[in-house]
Amino acid sequence: MSLQRGCSRSLSPRTTAVSASVFEDFKACISEEASCQTISEINLKKQKMIRAVLVMNTQGRPRITKFYEFWPVEKQHEAIRNVFSVLCSRAEHVSNFVDAESIFGPDSRLVYKHFATLYFVLIFDSSENELAMLDLIQVFVETLDKCFRNVCELDIVFNYSKIHAILDEIIFGGQVLETSSTEVMKAVEEITKLEAASNAINLVSKSVSNWRSR
Amino acid sequence: MDPILNPFSSGTRLRDMIRAIRACKTAAEERAAIRKECAAIRTSINENDPDYRHRNLAKLMFIHMLGYPTHFGQMECLKCIASPGFPEKRIGYLGLMLLLDERQEVLMLVTNSLKQDLNHMNQYIVGLALCALGNICSAEMARDLAPEVERLLQFRDPNIRKKAALCSIRIIKKVPDLAENFVKPATALLKEKHHGVLITAVQLCADLCKVSREALEHIRKKCTEGLVRTLKDLANSSYSPEYDVSGITDPFLHIRLLKLLRLLGEGDADASDSMNDILAQVGTKTESNKVAANAILYECVQTIMSIEGNGGLRVLAIGILGKFLSNRDNNIRYVALNMLMKAVTADPQAVLRYRATILECVKDADASIRKRALELVYVLVNESNVKPLTTELVSYLETCDQDFKGDLTAKICSIVSKFSPEKIWYIDQMIKVLLEAGSFVKDEVWRALIVVISNASELHGYAVRALYKAFQKSNEQEAFTRVAIWCIGEYGDLLINNVGMLDLEDRITVTESDAVDLIEITIQCHALDFTTKAMALVALLKLSSRFPSCSERIREIIVKYKGNFVLELQQRSIEFNSIIARHQNIRSMLVERMPVLDEATFIGRQAGSLPDAGSISAGSSVSLPNGVAKPADSLVDLLDLNSNDAPTPSSSGGDFLQDLLGVDLSPAAQSGANQTSKSGTDALLDLLSVGSVSGPVESPSAQSNSSAMDILSASKSEKASVSPLDDLSSLSLSSRTTSITGAAPMMDLLDGFASTPPKSENNGTVYPSITAFESSSLQLTFNFSKQPGNSQTTNIQATFINLSSDEYTDFIFQAAVPKFLQLQLDPASGSTLPANGNGSITQNFRVTNSQNGKKSLVMRIRITYKINGKEKLEEGQISNFPRDL
Repeated sequence: MSLQRGCSRSLSPRTTAVSASVFEDFKACISEEASCQTISEINLKKQKMIRAVLVMNTQGRPRITKFYEFWPVEKQHEAIRNVFSVLCSRAEHVSNFVDAESIFGPDSRLVYKHFATLYFVLIFDSSENELAMLDLIQVFVETLDKCFRNVCELDIVFNYSKIHAILDEIIFGGQVLETSSTEVMKAVEEITKLEAASNAINLVSKSVSNWRSR
Repeated sequence: MDPILNPFSSGTRLRDMIRAIRACKTAAEERAAIRKECAAIRTSINENDPDYRHRNLAKLMFIHMLGYPTHFGQMECLKCIASPGFPEKRIGYLGLMLLLDERQEVLMLVTNSLKQDLNHMNQYIVGLALCALGNICSAEMARDLAPEVERLLQFRDPNIRKKAALCSIRIIKKVPDLAENFVKPATALLKEKHHGVLITAVQLCADLCKVSREALEHIRKKCTEGLVRTLKDLANSSYSPEYDVSGITDPFLHIRLLKLLRLLGEGDADASDSMNDILAQVGTKTESNKVAANAILYECVQTIMSIEGNGGLRVLAIGILGKFLSNRDNNIRYVALNMLMKAVTADPQAVLRYRATILECVKDADASIRKRALELVYVLVNESNVKPLTTELVSYLETCDQDFKGDLTAKICSIVSKFSPEKIWYIDQMIKVLLEAGSFVKDEVWRALIVVISNASELHGYAVRALYKAFQKSNEQEAFTRVAIWCIGEYGDLLINNVGMLDLEDRITVTESDAVDLIEITIQCHALDFTTKAMALVALLKLSSRFPSCSERIREIIVKYKGNFVLELQQRSIEFNSIIARHQNIRSMLVERMPVLDEATFIGRQAGSLPDAGSISAGSSVSLPNGVAKPADSLVDLLDLNSNDAPTPSSSGGDFLQDLLGVDLSPAAQSGANQTSKSGTDALLDLLSVGSVSGPVESPSAQSNSSAMDILSASKSEKASVSPLDDLSSLSLSSRTTSITGAAPMMDLLDGFASTPPKSENNGTVYPSITAFESSSLQLTFNFSKQPGNSQTTNIQATFINLSSDEYTDFIFQAAVPKFLQLQLDPASGSTLPANGNGSITQNFRVTNSQNGKKSLVMRIRITYKINGKEKLEEGQISNFPRDL
């Protein structure tokens, strides 16, 4: 509720910036506490899952990021930077596994795959099979490829929400949902169709209502 | 006009925003663009126009990904979710997952929307709600929505079923109590034919087993057979293109099934038994030339290693890992190393068979593999194989990457110190490591090497010769240089004389000047840091005593550092120069070998388990390198006192002392000789005599001789614990009492001094009278007074009392003082001393002390008199003068 009040008070852009930064500090405090909780909680419950999916380009710009456990935004970006600095220093034709415990805490593994200008990175814990995760990246990329016909970085940038839809059909809350790219494609196409249809309905109904109100 | 038909009517489109952001050249430009965009979005939010919500959220998600704050959009997510349209709901749920997390209270508001959507007519909306719930479900939501999810496990569409299964995992993780509700529907799902659903069902069962014992028991009893059959069918099934990953049928399902079987087999012999066959089949029949197949094999090995033992299967498993190790694919080798790491605890012998291959992996070009392999080798090392393994690692050290050297040396050092079978081997290996990668070695490591060498007295000669030989070839590694210099300094004599030659050594001929040459070259090397140079100076000083013939040359080398801009070096140079030039007689004392440090203490200290309190000898070696940097003043104070201000107490001083002390010295010297060499006693006496040449000092100096020597030699390179020395010097100067443990024996014996008054203003001070001399027949009392304005001169009134029953006639008092004193005797008040203390003779005299404040008065006296015409002579010396006269 306080969020809205904070927003409604900000009428001019300048006051917006000020109140936003104040709010940001406040939030940072909260998230700091929260992150402590998270770590202890994780240790307690030993979440067994894929912890994050990152797609970044070879300049280190994030293209898709999805964290399946709670990470404050600042920490997310710190982690992304750290991952990139590790990845960009690795030679070609070396293994796809990197020691990630320094970045993501104990019991974390990192698998990455390099395609053209993009790094696809999966972070997970000991509950998952490293080689299978490598295959999962393959599944993800194959699906993207089918969706966009020779997927490139720009497709991912501009179809941001569609990529998320695809990802949500493959990994669900940190668990592998589907491993067949055909199945994923089917589901995504249904969603796209539905979206387009309802948009059309929306448009028609609106133009009709506009026309009637005339 | 309708805003959707005219996207430019308000704000920009998502696509345009992305373009604008991508067009930014600098981070500042980007920030500005995003700030502008955020302001526009806020305004739009405030206008509360439902038509733009969708677009605003999409933009916010992009902004969020770039790492900018987007919290102001959280309520918009909820509004979108609550709206009826599919696109709005979709973007709303997407925003919910990305912008919010389970911690935020806003989330409470969404529970109701979720509940409605889980019951929605449209299965895609149900799918969206499930997906959101699976990502952000909190414990409260889990309790509220568990019935809906449970119902959805039987939904007609497989897509919903599989999402519901994964959502159930999240729910039971949040609220383990709910697990029992899910056991039945989950086991029912295991009969699914649809691969996607089956994967999630197996996963759900695995998680149920993890959170609940009852569920584990139930599934183990009811489903093990079925799962084994499913896996068998899968392994034998023909090609099915849909779930194929590069020619292998559904590796993910394979892996999930193997994982679940692992959970079921762990700790249960029957269940393990029932899966043996299929595991063997999967382990042998799966082709191993593809990544997907290897993933299955890898999982299979993990399962075999975890379930209840079957020797044959384990052999198979380790065999698979061995094959992995020789695979050319880096990934495969990486996982093999990972797995072997786990297998080591179960069966180290089997893993040891692949020792050679693992060692090859340590040398791999891939950093990840090297690291894993090194860790594995580290675990594999034991007493029996430490030698060959270390040899391999050390030889690799020569060729490996700079980045890797740090890790590698740390591990080698750790292995060597942990498993070293004998000291000579330890020394050899450490020399090699220091030579190759000295700069990567931690300080404790080379210090530990010094400790080990100094402890192995029979290897002193060997170590110093080995170091010398190696040092001739290379002096690039500073840590090595330090060890070599230290040893050459300490054991220089052994180096020259080939003492303690071992059979395996080659004879080397090193002359004294060779050794000095080497250190001279080293100390001139500009790259060395001053600690090393300081150590080199100490080594030179030590050599100056070990090799008397080179002493002058060494002095010349040392003198060069007199003007060094590093204070430490400058100071050492001056001190050492003074020791060599002027204190030949004490030098050998000062530069004696370092006392051996107890290894256990050192290791304990390294581990931080011991506090800093310890014996002096332990302290000295441990903090040797640290001490270097600290000011080394007190020893020098002591020496300076002798050399610069006082008449030198060298040979002539000694003679003089002998004269002066006469009878009393000899027992003291003898008792000293009992403990240390005679010369040592003399030297120390010299030192101490400067201030107070007196009875009470002699005995402590002799008796505490050895400890004093320890202190001296220790402080040669250990300037941290100089306080004992401080006290040593203060003994002769003032009666300051101290409480330093090292000097305790001396202090006890010097208690006599403690009673004398402390140093105070010289002028006009009243000094207590002393009984200067007392025999059975005669008592002599001194009263002191100072001449105002002349602190050096003391007026002494001597009062003589006759204790015998006979009158003394022709009474003559004579006194003698050392050269630094001047004595003026006045005539006595009379020459006859009445018997039985019925009268006295007084005599005044003046003593001028040129070393006032530094040395106390001493005096020898001779008294002659006649008793009934018979001559009598009494002699004695007086040393209990108040100290600051």
